[in-house]
Amino acid sequence: MDTIQMTLLEQIAGLHEVPAGAYNIRANGESIGRQNSANIEIVPKEDAQGIDIYIKPNTKKESVHIPVLLSQTGLKELVYNDFHIGENCDIVIVAGCGIHNGGDAASQHDGIHTFYIGKNSRVKYVEKHYGQGDGNGERVMNPTTVIHIDEGGYFEMDSVQIKGIDSTNRITRADLADNATVIVKEKIMTHGKQTAETDFTVELNGENSSANVMSRSVARDESRQKFTSNIIGNNRCYGHTECDAIIMDSSSVTALPELVANNVEASLIHEAAIGKIAGEQIIKLMTLGLTEAEAEAQIINGFLK
Amino acid sequence: MLELRNISYEVHDEKSDKGILKNVSLTIDDHFVAITGPNGGGKSSLAKIISGIYKPTSGQILLDGVDITDMNITERANLGISFAFQQPVRFKGLTVKDLITLAAGKKLSVTDVCSYLSEVGLCAKDYVNREINGSLSGGELKRIEIAMIIARGTKLSVFDEPEAGIDLWSFGNLIQVFEKMHKEINGSILIISHQERILNIADKIIVLANGEVTAYGSKEEILPELLNTSSSCRYYQ
Repeated sequence: MDTIQMTLLEQIAGLHEVPAGAYNIRANGESIGRQNSANIEIVPKEDAQGIDIYIKPNTKKESVHIPVLLSQTGLKELVYNDFHIGENCDIVIVAGCGIHNGGDAASQHDGIHTFYIGKNSRVKYVEKHYGQGDGNGERVMNPTTVIHIDEGGYFEMDSVQIKGIDSTNRITRADLADNATVIVKEKIMTHGKQTAETDFTVELNGENSSANVMSRSVARDESRQKFTSNIIGNNRCYGHTECDAIIMDSSSVTALPELVANNVEASLIHEAAIGKIAGEQIIKLMTLGLTEAEAEAQIINGFLK
Repeated sequence: MLELRNISYEVHDEKSDKGILKNVSLTIDDHFVAITGPNGGGKSSLAKIISGIYKPTSGQILLDGVDITDMNITERANLGISFAFQQPVRFKGLTVKDLITLAAGKKLSVTDVCSYLSEVGLCAKDYVNREINGSLSGGELKRIEIAMIIARGTKLSVFDEPEAGIDLWSFGNLIQVFEKMHKEINGSILIISHQERILNIADKIIVLANGEVTAYGSKEEILPELLNTSSSCRYYQ
């Protein structure tokens, strides 16, 4: 791994060296490091780009890291990663993609992640997207996440895209069985002429299933964002979706909430708020000795923390 | 020492021009000075003019002899003016620890933050990592606002109705906080209040009505008259 790739790895996964436990590091279209653990097996796909990750039932307190690095300008790839998680697991999966584009051709990573979560398993999934490089080539990421949660399963997804991705179109689909829970926390900041679209659809099929989809975003300069969420309640269930955006400069933010209740016991809530930074917040921080620019930075950092 | 020289503040809207403050001149060099008077009398505007949030239409403001009239909020804050808002501001994502650290202007340990929170009667461990959002009550926010001023420890601290929005039970504790501040603070406290118990710990009381100073003197001079005549609206006329 070269220094550019090491920087990307640090940005997206907080890693300074190869991680402990199971991992697969993909760089410029090929696996450059893979390790299984006693309970976690990573198998390359034969018919497509990508891997299958098999996690044995009752695997607890283990982690899987599957970072993707792109530092070759003009590389475009479509990768399928499937996670087969047995029953009664409690694991952390750290994905993420870093692109360094120093050239003029667009670099693009489209990742399709599918999770099959066994009964009563808990999964925390962390995904960070980051772009850098001073070339004119666009840095594009289009992640699709499909989540099937069996009875009593729990899936928590933290996704962060703060810097350097010119265009993203994120699609997340989830379906939940009885007593299953999905929690999504998304944080996005766009600047320049970047665009970010996110689209969530959650089907609450099981009795007492629940979903909480929360997005916080900041749009600066001339960037554009669109947040779509659709929660479908097909049973006695609870669903909550929240989009909270700070709009700045000449940017544009669209929030499109959709709730569908197909059962009288479905309880679904949507909240959306888009607005500029409140003047009184800036004034308060200025009375503490911060300049206007410092106050703005603190407010945004806190909002996206 | 804070000196206001002929401060006037007018607001203009479509219908009329309104004089909020009319030629106010004051010298504040005591430890603990309270400003009282009827609602709409110009008290909050005066506090905002001192902290730089409002610009006076005319007049001059001096802090320890330095003309600060043209300084912005940040410059005044760095020169030693603190301002506790009547209605504290909420911040999504920023925690109590974040704000108190910003107020102190230096890195604080959790223990440091806790000591400031204890000063205002908040059980520190419950609050350090709480977000300054809608989950905190008005009374809790006010106390955090005051803790920020204590953490800043500047030479002039201005409080705009610290008792507003605080329940009766918390109010007793709030008085204790100000009594303690009165004893320990190195600089001056300027506090806008309607509460007798706060006026009672002031060295000097200023009565501001209709944009003018109608009385300024020691607590012993002003308070008895205020209490006896408030129903007859003597100062409020």
